[in-house]
Amino acid sequence: MTRQTEGNPDAQEVVLAARNVAKSYGSVHALKGVNFDIHRGQVTTLFGENGAGKSTLMKILSGVIQPTTGQIILDGQPVHFANANDARDRGISIIHQELSLAPNLSVRDNIFMGRELRGPMGVDFAEEERQVRRLMEELEEEIDPLTPVEELRLGQQQIVEIARALSVDSRILIMDEPTSALSASEVEVLFKVIRDLTARGVSIVYISHHLEEALTITDHAVVLRDGTMTAYAPRADIDLEWIVRNMVGENYDLGSPPDSARGQVALSIRNLSVPDQTGQDLVRNLSLDVKAGEIVCIYGLMGAGRTELLETCAGRLRASGGEIVLEGQEISHLPIGERIARGLALVPEDRQRDGLVQTMSVGQNLSLASIRNFTRGLFTSSRTERRLIDDSIRSVTVKTSGGGAPIGSLSGGNQQKVVIGKMLATNPKVIMLDEPSRGIDIGAKAEVFRLLAEGARRGLAVIYSTSEVSECLSIAHRIIVMHKGRISAEFDSTVSKEKIMAASGESVAA
Amino acid sequence: MSATTTAPKQDGFSIGRLLLEGRAFFALIAIIAVFSFLSPNYFTVSNFLIMSSQVAIYGILSVGMLLVILNGGIDLSVGSILALCGVCAGAMMQGVTLEWAGVILYPPVWAVVVLTIAIGAAVGALNGVLVAFFKVPPFVATLGVMYVARGVALLMTNGLTYNNLRGQEALGNTGFNWLGFNRLWGIPISVIVLAVVAVLAGLMLSRSAFGRWLYASGGNERAAELSGVPVRLVKITVYTISGALSAVAGLVLASQLTSAGPTAGTTYELTAIAAVVIGGAALTGGRGGVRGTMLGAFVIGFLSAGLVIIGVSSYWQTVFTGAVIVLAVLMNSIQYGRGGRKS
Ligand SMILES: Nc1ncnc2c1ncn2[C@@H]1O[C@H](COP(=O)(O)OP(=O)(O)OP(=O)(O)O)[C@@H](O)[C@H]1O
Ligand SMILES: [Mg+2]
Repeated sequence: MTRQTEGNPDAQEVVLAARNVAKSYGSVHALKGVNFDIHRGQVTTLFGENGAGKSTLMKILSGVIQPTTGQIILDGQPVHFANANDARDRGISIIHQELSLAPNLSVRDNIFMGRELRGPMGVDFAEEERQVRRLMEELEEEIDPLTPVEELRLGQQQIVEIARALSVDSRILIMDEPTSALSASEVEVLFKVIRDLTARGVSIVYISHHLEEALTITDHAVVLRDGTMTAYAPRADIDLEWIVRNMVGENYDLGSPPDSARGQVALSIRNLSVPDQTGQDLVRNLSLDVKAGEIVCIYGLMGAGRTELLETCAGRLRASGGEIVLEGQEISHLPIGERIARGLALVPEDRQRDGLVQTMSVGQNLSLASIRNFTRGLFTSSRTERRLIDDSIRSVTVKTSGGGAPIGSLSGGNQQKVVIGKMLATNPKVIMLDEPSRGIDIGAKAEVFRLLAEGARRGLAVIYSTSEVSECLSIAHRIIVMHKGRISAEFDSTVSKEKIMAASGESVAA
Repeated sequence: MSATTTAPKQDGFSIGRLLLEGRAFFALIAIIAVFSFLSPNYFTVSNFLIMSSQVAIYGILSVGMLLVILNGGIDLSVGSILALCGVCAGAMMQGVTLEWAGVILYPPVWAVVVLTIAIGAAVGALNGVLVAFFKVPPFVATLGVMYVARGVALLMTNGLTYNNLRGQEALGNTGFNWLGFNRLWGIPISVIVLAVVAVLAGLMLSRSAFGRWLYASGGNERAAELSGVPVRLVKITVYTISGALSAVAGLVLASQLTSAGPTAGTTYELTAIAAVVIGGAALTGGRGGVRGTMLGAFVIGFLSAGLVIIGVSSYWQTVFTGAVIVLAVLMNSIQYGRGGRKS
């Protein structure tokens, strides 16, 4: 451990601290004796690879789980949190990495779940609604308090999660990857809110795999690696390279698009329109050809229609018009399984809802989409399956104790890798990835990019949907910008960030 | 990191955990031990065979119920389908009158069996279609079918019971009581039927692609669908199998009683659900297995038979069965509540 706390110029008092905190799950040691300080009115960012123990530490500090050994110190006094409500009553709240909203309830009811405001006649819904509207104004979002959460897209759900934590008026606010589904402008707003909070003396812990983004907001950086703290420094002493070096021990270059040969058109989308429930078009008369060996990025803001476009190609949504042609064959009428068998695979955006079967093991999740490949006659071959699982675990670098581990025991980023690995294991000819880098660390991202580049060299066509411009530039041969269901611009890989963002309808912040 | 680094899901060796995971098994052992102690007649081969042939009915139903519950559904219609199929079999044994041809057909027993199972499967498929295509919640769909099937059975017989299922030598339709009374290698046929059903279902769940589809769509239907699982087909299939197995149970019961009545099998659906739950399956879907369900069926069957043997009133039996169910669900929530909790 290279703690350099002594030389710390920052004199703000420590409000909450972990002392020698360790946490084990059976034989898995998630945390091995960590010391961690939170300073009043400051932002402390926790960096670390997937599975380093960041979420575990945060859950301990917010009372969600109890440490195996070690102490928590609040305002200089050792404390014990019985549960998350206990911690919340003492002014600590947390935004979880995985959304913890009730999908059937409205935004308002989710935000006040468990601490409804009392009025003369039961719950004071009017006051709750007023407060929610104010929060949404502060976050510059147009979300009606009465919409059921399940009707919101992922980014908006994340906003609700943030609003819920903000509504508590806590002294210490822990944010575990709060921005993984937010667009750049939404992140800007959140950062403004964070600055307001810290000015009022609220302490923030921030976790993110968007390293540049985190650097713009943080006052301190702490790096965790394999359950131990490996580095600590105030903002002034660090840069991107420092973080990456301490996180993974080497530097990663996300590289540039692979020089693969383009082949025939692999996937051709012709005049595709996709309506929502009310009949309005989310995707409007869109045409796009992707060649074998080509990597196409689709950039756009949340709500631009990217997810709907990809889900329609995969077969989950019905198009109201147009054609989807895979290697010369029209596939619009085929069920999802048949499309996968023919080589069209989708890595969905929301891993909890669409990606993983929580009751199954890591291995069963990985092999789910390729059962056909290890079925001989009536029965599955467990040997072939095990080989497939082991290969997948290795190729997408899932950190797990083995294919038999429950999927819920994996860290968020590792769960994401399972979703990617599952679809890659189907040996697709065209793979569509919807925001696949949500929550994965820089090393894993490099690994996914390498896999995609390698695939492209072998003739795989890749459609990569993202709301991060830098990702487009480091992998795409061609960048498509979507805006309100249409293609608003098309660029090659030499374009500048600003041009892409302008075409998406995003106001380019200075 | 490969599977060799640490043994998968090994949390040390704790007795508590073992007891929790093997609870249905230990409960069965305990039941057998207690009743053997209380009554000398309990622990005898003949008694075990008799008890097992009673368990067979519930056991067959609960295998079908397990499949439906693994899918995240529930099938309340199994008891009624059992009765309807029993009555259909009874009617066919009495002869089918074809008015336009002016003849009465007496189908041979094998044909009666096949037709009856087909009827059960068809009613089950109706459940499946309602749930999968018309998005009727399983509880409601099967509740409706439960009433309809029972009503049709009553209509067909006018509320009466077919008491003559033996058939006649001259008509070539004897042998219906074979299912209920005969033995193969000393084992009642009904128990063998149960064993075959259980083994087939077990193989299907653990080794076939369909089994994997079933677990996946019960655990998270959206994710399963996006992974290419034909979720609707899976749904319809499980309800169809459940219906067919209800028909099998109906045949066995009618054969054991040598009579087929429209009120047979009332509340059997609840017993089947109880067996599945005691066997450790989660009512939310995606978790459970045939072994547990079989143990659950035997726990219920051996418990109530034991209570009868030591002369406890049937009212108390009801109380005990209820207590066992609540206890089992309690332990389910302990087992699943801890592990893979999200957030
Ligand atoms: N309930 C659990 N059972 C077993 N192991 C667990 C459990 N929860 C977490 N772990 C293990 O603890 C380690 C740390 O997980 P944690 O979620 O804290 O990682 P993280 O740093 O938040 O990663 P990410 O960036 O992917 O979110 C991982 O190896 C994970 O597999
Ligand atoms: Mg995490």
